[in-house]
Amino acid sequence: MTAVAEPAGPARGAARRPHPGKVTQTRVLTSEWIKFRSLRSSYWSLLVGCGAMIGLGLLFSMVITSKWDTMSPLRRRDFDAITVPLRGYFLGQLAVGVLGVMVVTGEYSTGMIRASLSAVPKRLPVLWAKATVFAVAVWLTTTATAFVCFFIGQGFFSGKHIQADLSTPGALRVVIGTGLYLTVVGLLGVGLGTVIRSTAGAIAALFATLLVLPVLGEVLNFTSWGDKVNPYLPSNAGQALLAVHTEASGQMRPWPGFALFAGYAVAVLAVAAYLLKRRDA
Amino acid sequence: MIEARSLTKRYGAKAAVTDLSFTVRPGVVTGFLGPNGAGKSTTMRMILGLDRPTSGTVTVNGADYAAHSAPLHEVGALLEAKAIHTGRTAYNHLLALAATTGIPRSRVDEVIDLVGLREVARKRAGGFSLGMGQRLGIASALLGDPDTLILDEPVNGLDPEGILWIRNLLKDLAAEGRTVFVSSHLMSEMALTAEHLIVIGQGRLIADTSVAEFISRASSGSVKVRSPQAAELRELLAGPDVTVSSADEGTLTVEGLSSDRIGVIAAENRITLFELAPKEASLEEAFMELTGDAVEYRAPGQKPGAGAGSPTGTGAAGTAAQTDTDVEVTA
Repeated sequence: MTAVAEPAGPARGAARRPHPGKVTQTRVLTSEWIKFRSLRSSYWSLLVGCGAMIGLGLLFSMVITSKWDTMSPLRRRDFDAITVPLRGYFLGQLAVGVLGVMVVTGEYSTGMIRASLSAVPKRLPVLWAKATVFAVAVWLTTTATAFVCFFIGQGFFSGKHIQADLSTPGALRVVIGTGLYLTVVGLLGVGLGTVIRSTAGAIAALFATLLVLPVLGEVLNFTSWGDKVNPYLPSNAGQALLAVHTEASGQMRPWPGFALFAGYAVAVLAVAAYLLKRRDA
Repeated sequence: MIEARSLTKRYGAKAAVTDLSFTVRPGVVTGFLGPNGAGKSTTMRMILGLDRPTSGTVTVNGADYAAHSAPLHEVGALLEAKAIHTGRTAYNHLLALAATTGIPRSRVDEVIDLVGLREVARKRAGGFSLGMGQRLGIASALLGDPDTLILDEPVNGLDPEGILWIRNLLKDLAAEGRTVFVSSHLMSEMALTAEHLIVIGQGRLIADTSVAEFISRASSGSVKVRSPQAAELRELLAGPDVTVSSADEGTLTVEGLSSDRIGVIAAENRITLFELAPKEASLEEAFMELTGDAVEYRAPGQKPGAGAGSPTGTGAAGTAAQTDTDVEVTA
């Protein structure tokens, strides 16, 4: 055999050092953090999500401020200085939801999941770590963005003396709630991604749940079932936290609504954990 | 050490692996051989706990893979090329895997150098060639400096230099006392790398034997002789247990005499020889012989075991003598 340039010999030189390294939940968390921060899609999704929130908040606030003087009293009565600048969350949830799904399905579509699960054969630590890393990253960025949106909006409104501030009843709850709601949307995506394992399928399921169910629910409003079902649909329940006045609209109360929404996400994650543990990778 | 006991895996009604028992021992490279679809990858996934056996058990170093507290230090695996997130760099891929079990960054750098990926380590894996993906997979298998290595078709996509490299790497790893289990559908590759063979077809064990034995079992022991005095030599060689056939003038195929003996006879009688070649069946032929029935996917019209003669039974003699392959093995 001819001599061919070889990239060094095998691990012989570094002979058999003892490796005490057990797999722990903390170590898997570190691993998932490295995975999260080393993908461009993480940054892009968060950038697009937060950018859309700020952009739409800016747009709504600007348009309303400029039209305020000519606005009818009825429209003026409907105006809410707290929620208008935060309305971009509706677009933000698309980006966050897709990212939540991709955190998991990206591993299935590339085959990475086999490497992940052979490194952590107990499997569940991977799901918990993914969910935690994702939730913390999304919560921090979207909460910060919500505050930015809020203050941008009030900056415009103050010109017409229609602004709110954080001490206005409900204001802090809605701003904080925006980050919480979006985080749970993302976790729902993580859960559905683990259950369905295909990117397209999981995204479809996520947005069918969040966006299509409430529309279908409107049909029920023509029957006596409307009030019994609609407030408890996942996104309707979760968005109760983002409304200042929930009494009149027939929504759930803010925190119970959000708790129910989080409960749905926990249920999906529980199914995800069961299936992840049980199915062939 | 890998021990499979009555391992069975069914997907619905279809059996992928049936009642498979074998032991892979440390210190030698063990080849895992079978046609495509024979159940090699399924078996390897079951060893790593990725697929759950329908019945039976498989243990690594005495325990279920999932029961080991530091799995990457027990077993390093290359299951498929590019089981890597395409958007992540090779370095970060390895770093993330290393983190699960507290392997330091220095070891990540070490394995990157070991597989020769230094220049592309900071590039995203999506742009890697199959060969580079294989090297990265091998790097992740070596990360934990494991006692057992499981590699599914590691030479796929590698260039000749890479193939030579992996062949030597595997032998060195085995020589260090590790268990090395390598699957392939390329018999010629296994002949050069492995010492022991586990052969499966349609999910069932066909042979569990050393490479040398596997080949000799299928060898005819015939000798090819080319001489300008073929007719003369033919008469000299004739004997009770000797058969001599001649495909064309000047070439003899002799059974029942060793090449040494034929050489001596020729010399004693001052007969010129152009060629004197003992025929051994190649691993390829031996394999076809054994698995002819077990090939799952075959083009219509293609004869079972095509290229190596008849599928079963009729004996390797005729087969081996007629076929000249470029992958002959001198064991």
